[in-house]
Amino acid sequence: MSTALLHATAHEKKPLITKKKLLPYWLLAPGIIWLVIFFLVPIYQLISTSTQTQGFGIGTYVQTYRFSNFIDAITSSKAQLIRSFEYAFLATVFALIISYPLAYAVAFKSGRWKNTLLVLIVAPFFCSFLLRTVAWEQILGEQGLVIKFLRFVHIIGAQGHLTATPFAVVAGLTYNFLPFMTLPLYASLERIDIRMMEASGDLYANALTTFRKVTIPLSMPGVVAGTLLTFIPAAGDYINAELLGNPGTKMIGNVIEARYLEIVDYPGAAALSLILMVTILILVMAYVKRAGTEELV
Amino acid sequence: MVDASTSAHGDLTLKNLTKSFGDFVAVDDLDLVIPEGSFFALLGPSGCGKTTTLRMVAGLEEPSSGSIFIGNTEITYEKPYKRPVNTVFQNYALFPHLSIYENVAFGLRRRGVKDVDAQVQKALELVELTHLATRKPNQLSGGQQQRIALARAIVNRPALLLLDEPLGALDLKLRRAMQIELKWIQTEVGITFVHVTHDQEEAMTMADTIAVMNEGKIEQMGSPADLYDNPRTAFVANFLGQSNLIKGSIIERAGEAGVVDVFGTKLALPAARNHAHDSSVLVGIRPEKIRIAPAGSAMNGNILEGGVISDASYIGVSTQYQVEMPWGQELMVFEQNDDGTPPLAKGDPVIMSWESIFTFGLAGDQDATAGSEANPDSE
Repeated sequence: MSTALLHATAHEKKPLITKKKLLPYWLLAPGIIWLVIFFLVPIYQLISTSTQTQGFGIGTYVQTYRFSNFIDAITSSKAQLIRSFEYAFLATVFALIISYPLAYAVAFKSGRWKNTLLVLIVAPFFCSFLLRTVAWEQILGEQGLVIKFLRFVHIIGAQGHLTATPFAVVAGLTYNFLPFMTLPLYASLERIDIRMMEASGDLYANALTTFRKVTIPLSMPGVVAGTLLTFIPAAGDYINAELLGNPGTKMIGNVIEARYLEIVDYPGAAALSLILMVTILILVMAYVKRAGTEELV
Repeated sequence: MVDASTSAHGDLTLKNLTKSFGDFVAVDDLDLVIPEGSFFALLGPSGCGKTTTLRMVAGLEEPSSGSIFIGNTEITYEKPYKRPVNTVFQNYALFPHLSIYENVAFGLRRRGVKDVDAQVQKALELVELTHLATRKPNQLSGGQQQRIALARAIVNRPALLLLDEPLGALDLKLRRAMQIELKWIQTEVGITFVHVTHDQEEAMTMADTIAVMNEGKIEQMGSPADLYDNPRTAFVANFLGQSNLIKGSIIERAGEAGVVDVFGTKLALPAARNHAHDSSVLVGIRPEKIRIAPAGSAMNGNILEGGVISDASYIGVSTQYQVEMPWGQELMVFEQNDDGTPPLAKGDPVIMSWESIFTFGLAGDQDATAGSEANPDSE
């Protein structure tokens, strides 16, 4: 009887096993479908559009495999492309300088205020990115207190401005992407075993040496993640340049937007988008390789 | 970087050392001298203040009051990086971003030592891991990491090496091997080792001197044999190995040996091992010192009659008996299985005896079970 039972259960198990094997694919399916529809299709569309030329009538384009679209795009928007990377780089550096002490304080020195501080860091997300940037336009603008004060103490002259300057654009970028720098930094600093620092002190390193030789290297995964999360969106951003800049501070995002919505030059916009994507990808790969944090992540 | 304090050497002296966290007194008015060159163990259950004491010596915790000296140099409030003290941390705290070589070289580089390479090589040779110099800590096994942590500390030739539960994360077999190795290395380098542990076997294997700590105070200090054979408190008797403690009263204190009455039976108690301050006493005897035989057998020394075996477990090298006495107490007896007689069975009436010199006496006013719940072996 027992053998019969064994056979029966063995027989019934079979379809169950195949079901189990399929389970991971079922779990992956929603994600894969999502990616295909909202990532692969648009990317294909983008690549395809980038080599098209104008057909009959405005806004109609036909595929002609015109690869010189890329050369045209680069030659006409070289200045904005370079400026985008310059501004994004500056914003990333400033965000890092501001975030590191902040994340360090939250991770190690905040005690019972830790959660409150974390909520405050995330708080800007409760309000739209666009609205906050408009608010900065007001704060730094001609009627704002900041400019009045700076004029009063003669840091800037009566003719000086804050808005419509490169300074305002970089400041806006820094501000908007600051949480993206602070949070990964905090996460990696918080993860550092306090005994590492104690061991360093025990081995004749003073506070500064411990910071240089132990804390910074161990927080590198956070630095890498934070700089990427700041640099990448900052390089493609156009809201800050639009609202806080002037025609001389246009970034590549503004050019793409104009080509797409105003000039209705879809291939040009697509080519520029691809150039931006590929450039960022190359920069990021080189950066991650150089940072060499594989073992720590 | 090498100033007067880092070149200090000599005995480690703790004077009235106290550390409290809020209302909780972790270390309570501790006075202790640890002689230069010794292997010293601070033994106690978790929360007894041993790690806090170690951290104060390392400079990782500031004492609430009292002072710490190495030789004649006071280091109580000295920064950790200025003390001639190195620590082998619990779980090692090796730097994961540095190679094994750089981990060991860390302290030497900070002090600006000239021949870093030669010294690192020597330290790695000492722990027999020269071939792993280029690896990262996470590529090493627990035992290897342990040795690197030791090499990283020893390479600096501190006046004092602190070991915080250094073998806690290793499995039993490796722990035994490392105990022997640590002891050997200590003799080799001649540095004072202060070892903190809750594992009595570890402390007894390695240390010359053990201080048993409980609730921030030292219960007793002495050689492992002294602590085991002649405990002074119930806590020490129960925490270090196991003990049978029977309530009794001293009826005679004449000369070398006194006489104690326990529930009507008279037992001899050597005066040198009697720590009771009045006639009320806890008579102690280690379970392995007791001989056991069927009731009615002839025996000599201290004899207890009227026991009945309530539990017998055969564990290979020995048989462990629980014997219920007429007054309701259960006594433990560990008997070596070396005489060919069949083990006694549950329900057998027995007679027990032991050489009277093994008897010890403790003050009768303390809890006879103190320390036994903290002893992992008493399970």
